[in-house]
Amino acid sequence: MSILLTGESRVLVQGLTGREGSFHTEQMKAYGTNVVAGVSPGKGGTTHLGIPVFDTVADARRETGADVSGIFVPAPFAADAIMEAAAAGIGLIVCITEGIPLYDMVRARAFVVDAAAKLIGPNCPGLTTAGEAKVGIIPNHISTPGSVGIVSRSGTLTYEVIQGLSQAGVGQTTSVGIGGDPILGLSFSDVLRLFKEDPATEAVVMIGEIGGSDEEAAAEQVIGRSFGKPVIGFISGRTAPPGKRMGHAGAIISGNTGTAASKLQALKRAGAQVCDTIEEVVAAAGAALGQRSSAAHR
Amino acid sequence: MKFLEYQVKERFRAAGVPVPDGRLARTPDEAALAAGALGPIAVKAQVPVGGRGKAGGIKLAKTAADAKRVAGEILGMTIKGYVVKEVLCETAQEITRELYLGLTLDRDARKPVLILSAQGGMEIEEVAETHPEAIAKLHPDPWRGPLAFEVRDLIFRAGLGPLQAQLTPLVVKLYALARTYDALTIEINPLALTRDGGLVAADGKLEIDENAMFRHKDLHGADDSEEDPLEAEAKRRRLTYVRLDGSIGVIGNGAGLVMNTLDLVQREGGHAANFLDIGGGAKAEVVHSALELLASDPQVKGILINIFGGITRGDEVAHGIIDATRDLHLTLPLVVRMTGTREEEGRRLLQEAGITPEATATAAARRIVELSSDPAR
Repeated sequence: MSILLTGESRVLVQGLTGREGSFHTEQMKAYGTNVVAGVSPGKGGTTHLGIPVFDTVADARRETGADVSGIFVPAPFAADAIMEAAAAGIGLIVCITEGIPLYDMVRARAFVVDAAAKLIGPNCPGLTTAGEAKVGIIPNHISTPGSVGIVSRSGTLTYEVIQGLSQAGVGQTTSVGIGGDPILGLSFSDVLRLFKEDPATEAVVMIGEIGGSDEEAAAEQVIGRSFGKPVIGFISGRTAPPGKRMGHAGAIISGNTGTAASKLQALKRAGAQVCDTIEEVVAAAGAALGQRSSAAHR
Repeated sequence: MKFLEYQVKERFRAAGVPVPDGRLARTPDEAALAAGALGPIAVKAQVPVGGRGKAGGIKLAKTAADAKRVAGEILGMTIKGYVVKEVLCETAQEITRELYLGLTLDRDARKPVLILSAQGGMEIEEVAETHPEAIAKLHPDPWRGPLAFEVRDLIFRAGLGPLQAQLTPLVVKLYALARTYDALTIEINPLALTRDGGLVAADGKLEIDENAMFRHKDLHGADDSEEDPLEAEAKRRRLTYVRLDGSIGVIGNGAGLVMNTLDLVQREGGHAANFLDIGGGAKAEVVHSALELLASDPQVKGILINIFGGITRGDEVAHGIIDATRDLHLTLPLVVRMTGTREEEGRRLLQEAGITPEATATAAARRIVELSSDPAR
């Protein structure tokens, strides 16, 4: 079991024929993902990397039954691509693109909510269900099947955690990078609720960063309310000076909310185990699983 | 992109938002001429930062001679690192009340939010902290924008019912401006109620979403040449860079990873000289450019590169590092940690060039702190 994505998922790629779309689709296929279609307007009827290409998402969905879309189109067109997928009835939309204008994204998000689709990202690494499938850019070789769920706002820091866990012999169910932009699809709370309901996920690692208050909201509304599984939390940006924008539109501190201290405190109060380094996160996740299995055997 | 007050007010005026009569002056004589034409004026330093008034950058002048004198004082002043090159000379307003009207992003609601308060002016942030009930908010639907009745409701909630007829079109215009310019922030503070009962934008702020600049290629914002020269250079190189006060230059990919690298450097007893995120999918030239920038910073005593490749490929990064160390004759201690996509290729290239990558980020942070604090160097 896993959340959101399985080996059965029928994946289409918007922007398949572009440079990044091609490179990462090959990686996705190499991982075993069931990539059934590509969409590149004007290239319908051709094939690329052995995958049939369609002009529209609606065509691709009708012909192939695709139910998940990965988006690799350039930022000026990405919000439209998200809405096209939602309008075509795609249930899970994963947008990797970085740099989408704010107002485009605000509208696209509202559109996705109305269509009752799930959006991951934008400006995210996507997700991997270990050993089954991936949509996005998480490196193939780092994931190992197991029972830890990962949800993270960072891209590259997520890879650190996945690799660290795998090297320590701690496998994962699904690793989800929710993205670093201020306007996102699924939040920490949304993904944590999915992990809560997933029988295969026995513990969850949550990687937050300074800025916004999604970590605090997840702590109060999900982790602190009989979550029933160990949660290991980590926040990056502890030493970032207040008021400085650190790359992500998201990673900016304003006032007292959004600081590392506020997030760490909220996580602790909710009963999560808070760690100072990625190495500690890995050790804590391993220990949490050990305790659960020994408790189950007693 | 940020704009100076006079640039913002030009846009307000064009959109039908009332602003005081004003003229831009670059010399004391031009300020005197403005006072001659306008009567008593406020002389206001044009810098892209707040707190001008407290820094002495805004002064009143009743006569042309006064205007010449105060403009002479303000022009050439340095306010938070910005040298004042221009002053805005505006008809002095008889203000009876200061309101606040603005739009910004509400991350939690995932929408822009219109904000209106009867208690505007310099202390608005304090009001928001201590009297949140004095701040009324409206999250307009992103597809249809604010409707008139929603705006009236906002105005009544702010306790500004008697001004409803004047305020409603102003709120609608501000939202339209925000959309037109892809504004991350747009603000009228204070929105002044004058003695004659009119509303006028006494000051204005506008910051445009950098991600939307492809739609606004014709716009020219505030001259930021007075910024930290390294930050300005980084901007020219399209690098996401923030200057910090330590001695270890840090390059990484992804904001979370770079922030974590800064945290690790601090844990190991060092201090980062900067935050530099080369972003996703960076090519060799970007790595080269980033190294060149850090090498030009005399504060930097060692450089730590931490790459975990997703879109970014190890071989590209390795080529950038190797080319830069050769081209720049780099003698600073350099520690590389690289893993992820095309990791083996990248590590092999580095090793062939005599650079041995560290195995973990923590080990790399420890190593660079050791190397850059070595007194023998």
